[in-house]
Amino acid sequence: MYVAVKGGERAIDAAHAWLDRSRRGPVDQPVLDTAQIRDQMGLAVTRVMAEGSLYDPDLAALAIKQACGDLIEAIFLIRAYRTTLPRFGASIPIDTAAMRVKRRVSATFKDAPGGQILGPTFDYTHRLLDFRLMADGELPTEPLAEGDETEPAATPHVLSFLNRDGLIEDAAPDETPPADLTREPMELPADRALRLQALARGDEGFLLGLAYSTQRGYARNHAFVGELRIGMVAVEMDIPELGFAIEIGEIEVTECETVNQFKGSRSEPAQFTRGYGLTFGQTERKALAMALVDRALRWEELGEEDQGAPAQDQEFVLSHCDNIQATGFLEHIKLPHYVDFQAELELVRRLRAGLSDHEEDAA
Amino acid sequence: MTALHLSAGFSDTARDGAHAFRAILTAMARPGTIATLQTAPGPAPISPAAATVLLTLCDRTTPLHLAGAHDSPALRNWIAFHCASPLVAAEDAAFALGDWAALQPIDRFGIGTPEYPDRAATLIVDGHDFDAAPTRLTGPGIRDTAALALPEPQAFAANHALFPLGWDAILTSGNRLAALPRSTEIH
Amino acid sequence: MSDQAYNFAYLDEDTKRMIRRAILKGIAVPGYQVPFASREMPMPYGWGTGGVQVTAAVMTPEDVLKVIDQGADDTTNAVSIRKFFQRTAGVATTERTSEATMIQTRHRIPETPLTSDQILVYQVPIPEPMRFLEPRETETRRIHALADYGLMQVRLYEDIARHGEIATSYAYPVEVAGRYVMDPSPIPKFDNPKLDDCPAIQLFGAGREQRIYALPPYTHVRSLDFEDHPFRATKADHACAICGSASSYLDEVITDDAGGRMFVCSDTDYCAQNAKGGA
Repeated sequence: MYVAVKGGERAIDAAHAWLDRSRRGPVDQPVLDTAQIRDQMGLAVTRVMAEGSLYDPDLAALAIKQACGDLIEAIFLIRAYRTTLPRFGASIPIDTAAMRVKRRVSATFKDAPGGQILGPTFDYTHRLLDFRLMADGELPTEPLAEGDETEPAATPHVLSFLNRDGLIEDAAPDETPPADLTREPMELPADRALRLQALARGDEGFLLGLAYSTQRGYARNHAFVGELRIGMVAVEMDIPELGFAIEIGEIEVTECETVNQFKGSRSEPAQFTRGYGLTFGQTERKALAMALVDRALRWEELGEEDQGAPAQDQEFVLSHCDNIQATGFLEHIKLPHYVDFQAELELVRRLRAGLSDHEEDAA
Repeated sequence: MTALHLSAGFSDTARDGAHAFRAILTAMARPGTIATLQTAPGPAPISPAAATVLLTLCDRTTPLHLAGAHDSPALRNWIAFHCASPLVAAEDAAFALGDWAALQPIDRFGIGTPEYPDRAATLIVDGHDFDAAPTRLTGPGIRDTAALALPEPQAFAANHALFPLGWDAILTSGNRLAALPRSTEIH
Repeated sequence: MSDQAYNFAYLDEDTKRMIRRAILKGIAVPGYQVPFASREMPMPYGWGTGGVQVTAAVMTPEDVLKVIDQGADDTTNAVSIRKFFQRTAGVATTERTSEATMIQTRHRIPETPLTSDQILVYQVPIPEPMRFLEPRETETRRIHALADYGLMQVRLYEDIARHGEIATSYAYPVEVAGRYVMDPSPIPKFDNPKLDDCPAIQLFGAGREQRIYALPPYTHVRSLDFEDHPFRATKADHACAICGSASSYLDEVITDDAGGRMFVCSDTDYCAQNAKGGA
């Protein structure tokens, strides 16, 4: 008798039990604590917060643990949690000029008011496996030099110095409330605020590839890193009952402003233009990539040529940068499709037989 | 304003909302059907059926226009508390509430755009006379023909002529409700 | 018993209202794809998040839910979605098409004719029927606005020129109430005639693509064709090896490694009832 190749409740339960076991690993090892993930796998945590669009290091650490380290799966867990949270209101825009910076570099000036601060970066490490980390012992940690981790005064943006001479485009404040792509369906063409929103939660790898493509000539936009800064900023919210804004917390963000060449157009003199990236946590690869892609997407507003490059095509970029959408649709091809495949089988057989369709009509 | 002065909304938001929506869906999907709702009362002159529609479909994201007698302080307060919908001019409304005469002129309301025909107003025509002479209807949702009293059949016919643009109407009175989407042909 | 940690049917009421408004506009403009702010659901995009959101927004506690994938109630994803609603809504479930008040489906329309007391919810991967002819949303939106469907006619006619027939076997495009061209979701074209003049309300949810569309009951749904090449619903030219039905859609099952195969009903409920002599 025919036995259906169909799963069912028992198969699903068994798969989940297996997953739980394999997540735990050998029981003679200590179980991984989410506080350890939060504090010792901090860059994974910030990526999950950035692309999950939810600033909560503890939940991000939990998601990473639950996802066995699969970061896209962890981002998905955070997104699914976030989507049902009630919205109490919107914060006022964060003031990144008032950031307590832990890292701040500019590639366009040797020095700038406020100084260059390397901070905790991989940039000049030699990528040699450090086997001491594998041994039981801890690495000796150097005491922080005098002045490190102290609170510097507000650090002005490097690009504001260029702005004084009119050498760089003016980023005029826009009071229009931005659309919220998590509450309203994306409408194309999207304005810059909405594009930046999509890029901020977009997949780091996808944006990295796109940004790289602009550097290699697919809509090259000659980006310099005007400034890259990482640090803590206050989040403030207007409380109507009080009549003023109060600080509701602090978040770490990475901000990147690029300076891009612009030869000018009929109406505009030659000046520098900007690309912008802003992400949760210490996520500087993502912020850099975001700034390059943002700049590439601005071709139309700046009167540049459409080179047909992927990074210039907002519909292409915005429709495909979300890794939760992408991975879902990619992976769903694992689900059964045998009904459609059967229809295709019939079709191919009929076409091969050179039959016209009326000979195999359904009853 | 305190809640004490306000009549209740749904007693069980999720379940009452689900039942009310099913009734509205059935009415919109089957023009000519008159649904009887388990209703939530609002302050006069709003009918319990119309109040139930507001509780089911309107919230802070849906601009609402109040027309005529429905634009009363008591009803404004009730809406502010239960729905929090921003009150707007007819032209900007996603929903409009009033009796048919107060909603005039009817061409003030949004009919959508060719690219986004969904961005059209939904009119909640309150105080509807379900017992007036019925008009014959055909179209999607209707097997052969249906019949429903309409306040002004020519206005609905003119609206249908705009299809796929046009507003959609929900007719309410007491605890009764019917709907007429723009797709319905008026005879 | 439903899980008290969640709102009835999982979604919060704000989200349900937003989806309900989209459904009503979809009903008012049959076949038009209404944009909606699809939420991230606790199952991946591609697993039926659009259908699940529509079902959750329409469901009442008294509903009796049936969930099928590939026509079958016992496929893993159907089991998973059914369990989701048992847990979050506490609704009764059934495998019997005739007992269900709501049916969520992926890739099939049940063989048992639907009634006016039922709502059929389709899971839709790509709601845009023109997508593979024109990938740009800005362009397809214009095509629908102008009802400028010549591109589709040309593609279908090219098939006929090359193959002697229209070489689309599933997700076969339809015209709704004489206006919008619509993707019926990836049902085999065998199921297309069931879309037409159906007594049930048919709702379509595409979560990742953020679109909802609808067919009110008794809506005229025409599969696109040409006068000299009329649409024909096709299936394997066999009878079901279990119930003997010659009129239901069949799965082809490979039975051994020597090329042996058999054909059985894709609709498991229909097959079981038919085998009992009850269908």
